[in-house]
Amino acid sequence: MTDMLTIDADFHLPQAGVSDLLPYLDDYWRMQVVDRELPSMPFRLSSYPANAPHARNTAFEGLDVPGALDRFGVSVAVCSMLHGVAGLHNPDMRAALLSAVNDLVARDWLDADTRLRGSIYISGEDPEAAVAEIERLAGDDRFVQVLMLAMQDLPHGARRYWPIYEAAQRHGLAVAIHAGALYRNPPSVSGWPSYQYEDYVIQSQAFENILVSFLGEGVFARFPDLKVVFLESGFGWLPTTLWRMDKTWRGTRQEVPWLDRPPSQITAGRVFLSLQPVDMPGPDEVAQVVKHVGSTDMLLFSTDYPHRQFDGDDPMPAGFPDAALPAIRAGNALRAYPRLGRDPALAARVDFLEVTP
Amino acid sequence: MTRHVLARVDDFTDREVRRIEAGGKPLCVAQVDGRFYALIDRCPHGGAPLSGGRLTGTVESDGPGHYRLCRRDEMLKCPWHGWEFDLATGQSWSDPKATRTRAFAPSTVEGGDLVKGPYVAETVPVEVDGNYVVVDLP
Amino acid sequence: MNQMLREKEGKTRLRIVDCDIHPAQRTPQALYPYLEKRWVDHLETFGPFIRQALVGQLSYPRMTANGMRVDAKPEDGPAGSSLAMLREQHLDRLDIETGHLVALGRGGMEERNPDLSAAMSRAVNDWQLAEWVEPEPRLRAGLVIPQDNPEAAVAEIERRAGDARFCQVVMSTRPNETLGARKYWPIYRAIEAAGLPLCLHPAGYSSGKPSTGTGWPSFYFQEHYTFVPGTEALVTSLVIEGVFEAFPKLKVAIIEGGFSWAPALGWRMDKHFDTFHAEVPHLTRKPSEYMREHFWWATQPMEEPKNGRHIEDIIDWIGWDRILYSSDYPHWDYDDPNHIFKFPLSPERREAVFGGNARKLYGYA
Repeated sequence: MTDMLTIDADFHLPQAGVSDLLPYLDDYWRMQVVDRELPSMPFRLSSYPANAPHARNTAFEGLDVPGALDRFGVSVAVCSMLHGVAGLHNPDMRAALLSAVNDLVARDWLDADTRLRGSIYISGEDPEAAVAEIERLAGDDRFVQVLMLAMQDLPHGARRYWPIYEAAQRHGLAVAIHAGALYRNPPSVSGWPSYQYEDYVIQSQAFENILVSFLGEGVFARFPDLKVVFLESGFGWLPTTLWRMDKTWRGTRQEVPWLDRPPSQITAGRVFLSLQPVDMPGPDEVAQVVKHVGSTDMLLFSTDYPHRQFDGDDPMPAGFPDAALPAIRAGNALRAYPRLGRDPALAARVDFLEVTP
Repeated sequence: MTRHVLARVDDFTDREVRRIEAGGKPLCVAQVDGRFYALIDRCPHGGAPLSGGRLTGTVESDGPGHYRLCRRDEMLKCPWHGWEFDLATGQSWSDPKATRTRAFAPSTVEGGDLVKGPYVAETVPVEVDGNYVVVDLP
Repeated sequence: MNQMLREKEGKTRLRIVDCDIHPAQRTPQALYPYLEKRWVDHLETFGPFIRQALVGQLSYPRMTANGMRVDAKPEDGPAGSSLAMLREQHLDRLDIETGHLVALGRGGMEERNPDLSAAMSRAVNDWQLAEWVEPEPRLRAGLVIPQDNPEAAVAEIERRAGDARFCQVVMSTRPNETLGARKYWPIYRAIEAAGLPLCLHPAGYSSGKPSTGTGWPSFYFQEHYTFVPGTEALVTSLVIEGVFEAFPKLKVAIIEGGFSWAPALGWRMDKHFDTFHAEVPHLTRKPSEYMREHFWWATQPMEEPKNGRHIEDIIDWIGWDRILYSSDYPHWDYDDPNHIFKFPLSPERREAVFGGNARKLYGYA
């Protein structure tokens, strides 16, 4: 495993306390944070309660960040700190704290381990602030993606977000959407589930709508070089969503004429999905999903450290064709992340990856 | 071949679509700008009588929010699932991009030039013989 | 291929049960004979009151003919308002043995005024009987209930229990809370006691909540898709919140909600079941087992993958005894039974899907 280039698309850093963010804030926000006692608040997203079983994976027991990278032979990990500050409503406090999180990640993590690549964590609710943050950090090549949560106040294709996509495309940053909710809307059309289990299951249903939104609103046509990465979306739902998109498109093309090919063709090479969680129960079902999509080119290896998504020791499930494994492990990520694709150190290791099934 | 009279030419109003049976075959006959078209009156996708559909064009776009109506009334929209068929060729329309440069010159568009949709409606050559619209059927 | 199939099947009569036919009122006033004067006056004065900006229309205009088959509109009313046309275009033409009515719109399913929602539901049910089922015995009514007014919903179910002209209870897949919520359990208790299946069918009107978990889409192209995750969330909710533990005889027919997503949803629920089981100790079996035991799935609208046999893989998981033919007449994505399967079916599967499964579920001879 260790001699093969492995890129982990979904690797989580332990969340910093708000007091750790103080050095990255200006005088006003430092005063605000202290006077309003934000360091006493947990700022944890409700999707992942610290002690809940889905937030912990025994495979990672006792492993710190470098230890986890070693353990799974990860050459490069695209990491994120899914900090709860994104859930704030005050747009200025939220922007200041998001910037502080990004700066802390750069100094405490990207500086410390050269295998780590960063996410520019933004809120889609304030595109102006998001673009400013992208511009502020884009000069640092270690940031390879812009990161938003899956459930915001508007679907991700909406025109309001387009300045974010324009900036991401211009800087060669992928746009990543991670499972999770800002609780601006109920997670389903019929409201709020009673159980966290249910809430977890329906996260992937949000991604179905997000994919349809990117298509319908014309984001792929408007931003021809933009790459979109779904993190922790699952991918068992993908084939039937694409089938339905292709069918619906034939009867509704006059409404969305920028879809000039069947949607399944438009998403190819533009949308990537992290491997974990693999929802299929066994290799036969994994193989069936691959057969129904007709490709594994959209899959990105991920460990989802430290969350619980896979059983046993190996994040790579059985069921994929052997010939597809190098691309799932790294080659697809070089297409998903323009900045990784043009990294000479990685390019030197990928010649053998050009063979895809 | 037997020549069947479908209707008098002046029975048709402009842009009329009508079901006419000839030689036991149901046909979907349309008249657009004096030119007559005939398709077998059954959608090859879902079985709908195409004669229940409406004339339409193709919609092209330079990007989100941009719409351009082309080839107006040269297509027939199936009354059920809304698939569009080229009246002249019967070809289901699936890739407007491939025909963009020809969008304003329909007479030069041939079925072979399109990236085709999965179905083709069967066309029947239709002629105007004096005052009558006619088809030749085996 | 379809031509060949039709010729083969022509030898024996396929006794078709169509699980999704939509009747429409000729005018809004057509329900008045079935309403008390008080509610007629109320409707004339205030109109209906639902949870969306626009009254009397959908917020996402459909592509053609208000979402109807272009060829299904009678001269004197909207598509679906003519029994004669339904017979000619559908029941007679395809030799449908039994057709299930699903009355959408103005049914009280979405009405906010609780007493009006109850009155409208009663009226729609009486209207179905008087104007459709009595004159056309091939049709069965679907019992419309004021679903977000559970007390009145239970009363309506109890009032009609035992009337074989109603084949099922109908609820919209845009309820005001997820259907596993305890608020709805009295309804399930009444449905189970009445021995009727529950039909979940999409309705275009808003629940008052955005149609996706991340807000409102812009285009009908997107809105059309939202009914899939919307239905998935309800199946998830019914299973995980323990409805089938509480009501083990409850049977649910997913009509027009799709079926191809069922395996992936079952896999996902199962995959994370052990992780979360401590949170939901009321579940005694894997979620997919509840799905396979308690759900039936209608065919329309069926996806059309390039390789038609991929649909076969999906149904293999669901079970060939669980698929119900539905046409959705007179809506735009109507499915003709001769054309929907793009791969060959064995005679046994054909008989099951087009009628046998429904006869078993609904208790027809």
